[in-house]
Amino acid sequence: MQTDLIISGFGGQGALFAGQILAYAAMDEGLHVTWIPSYGPEMRGGTAHCTVVISDDEIGSPLVRNPAAAIVLNQPSLDKYEPLMAAGGVLVVNSSLIPRRPQRTDLRVVEVPANALAEELGNVRLANVVAVGALVAAAGVLSVEAVERALAAHLPERHKHLLPANSQALRRGAALAAAALA
Amino acid sequence: MAKQLLKGNEAIAEAAIRAGVQAYFGYPITPQTELLEYMARRMPELGRVFLQAESELAAINMVYGAACTGRRVMTSSSSPGVSLMQEGLSYIAASEVPCVIVDVMRGGPGLGNIAPAQGDYTQIVKGGGHGDYRMIVLAPATVQEAVDLTRLAFDLADKYRMIAVVLLDGSLGQMMEPAELPPFADGAALGTPPAWALTGAQGRPKNVVTSIHLVPEDEEQFNQQLQARYAEIARTEVRCHEYATADADLIVVGFGTAGRVAQTAVKQARAQGLKAGLLRPITLFPFPEQRLAELARQARGFLVVEMNAGQMVDDVRLAVSGQGRGGLTPAVRFYGRMGGIVPLPDEVLGALKALAETAGHTPQPSPVSCLPLDGGPVAR
Repeated sequence: MQTDLIISGFGGQGALFAGQILAYAAMDEGLHVTWIPSYGPEMRGGTAHCTVVISDDEIGSPLVRNPAAAIVLNQPSLDKYEPLMAAGGVLVVNSSLIPRRPQRTDLRVVEVPANALAEELGNVRLANVVAVGALVAAAGVLSVEAVERALAAHLPERHKHLLPANSQALRRGAALAAAALA
Repeated sequence: MAKQLLKGNEAIAEAAIRAGVQAYFGYPITPQTELLEYMARRMPELGRVFLQAESELAAINMVYGAACTGRRVMTSSSSPGVSLMQEGLSYIAASEVPCVIVDVMRGGPGLGNIAPAQGDYTQIVKGGGHGDYRMIVLAPATVQEAVDLTRLAFDLADKYRMIAVVLLDGSLGQMMEPAELPPFADGAALGTPPAWALTGAQGRPKNVVTSIHLVPEDEEQFNQQLQARYAEIARTEVRCHEYATADADLIVVGFGTAGRVAQTAVKQARAQGLKAGLLRPITLFPFPEQRLAELARQARGFLVVEMNAGQMVDDVRLAVSGQGRGGLTPAVRFYGRMGGIVPLPDEVLGALKALAETAGHTPQPSPVSCLPLDGGPVAR
């Protein structure tokens, strides 16, 4: 069983870190995982994305053509990845920043006002974690608890005080996705 | 020790530190810069040398000088930077001092781009500098292998007084994967410089490290020594990874990232009933030519997958030539992507299916013609 996913947004929205949370959780669950960032001559305000592949078997390609799941944190990311998604894939859309709905009808779309929810929790920088919660609940690739444990185990010491807020963000996103897909 | 989620470039840096590297000289270039950055942070903490040189040319000559002391030293760069180092590599090889070079390959030729590629195969494996020298070349396909082969590179470099290269593409340098780091190498073992090293000749006759042999007979004899060592390595140090080769009649050959992508294609081909297998060379010099010759006796076709225009494929052709049943040569096909594009498993699977449909028929050699000196009609 292999799940490949892409997380994409403006630089600074935490797309790369969101992918790393999933990679840590997968590793701690004893799964195979690869995480690879977009890298290049990037500019401030440009988009950044990462590809994460999680599998119970050795992973060949760390890159994918048609991801089974994606988080798009901004409009350019939706424009780029909506057409590339595998049919039946899970697409988490940050509706706080993306005014349009996805056009494809063969995707499982979860619209999450990630920025608004994060602001409610007191820190807009948690928007990426809200989206991760939604993805995990919708795609069923890892449990919310596994991701929580990974955050506790791998957040740098200086950020440990943010752990309760991260857990809340994760659970808000997961609850919203579960309700949306129910 | 538990597994950690490590980026390829940083994993190599930490593995080198644990292997006992005493000095790192380098110059930043994407996609290997995290390696240099990691060294910049960690080496001074450990009381070791980190020096950012003014150029790749300076860096490789600093490596040359430091290697003469018999200590473990290294540099890292990416394709255009490694091109700049070629003169130094030839001198180091001819001086028989050990060192480790890491080449995190990117798209070329020229300035190219910073995306992953494998276009340096010929330059690194055949020798991009002048003269008859070889370097031991290790090609990891995972972050764990990058860690393990970095340690091995230092050990082999010391054992044979040679340059050992860890050759990978930019995607492996940038990628994070779970990997386990080895313990630190035994400090006592690393503490005593070898007898040939330049350590100050107090109380002993002087040592000389040089690459110059002005008398042709001396130079020839020295070259014969080098060649004897390379032949010994070719007998004893070949390493490769195989998957499902036992009963395979179609063999895919790829190194590094191309090899791991190809393994997925082989699994898919098996699921569709093709008797496919994979040979992924881990040492590119020495090349697993003997194993390929053995496989040629059971295989009707080989598919070589590379992230270049077809470089290692020449070595596969040589290895299997005339080695098939009845002295025939099995079909050897090539599938490659260039410019920084990583092939995906479905592409490799497509090429493998095409091979399966036609393999076993030895193609007629195409007529070769060459123009005479005056450019007139071709003489046959």
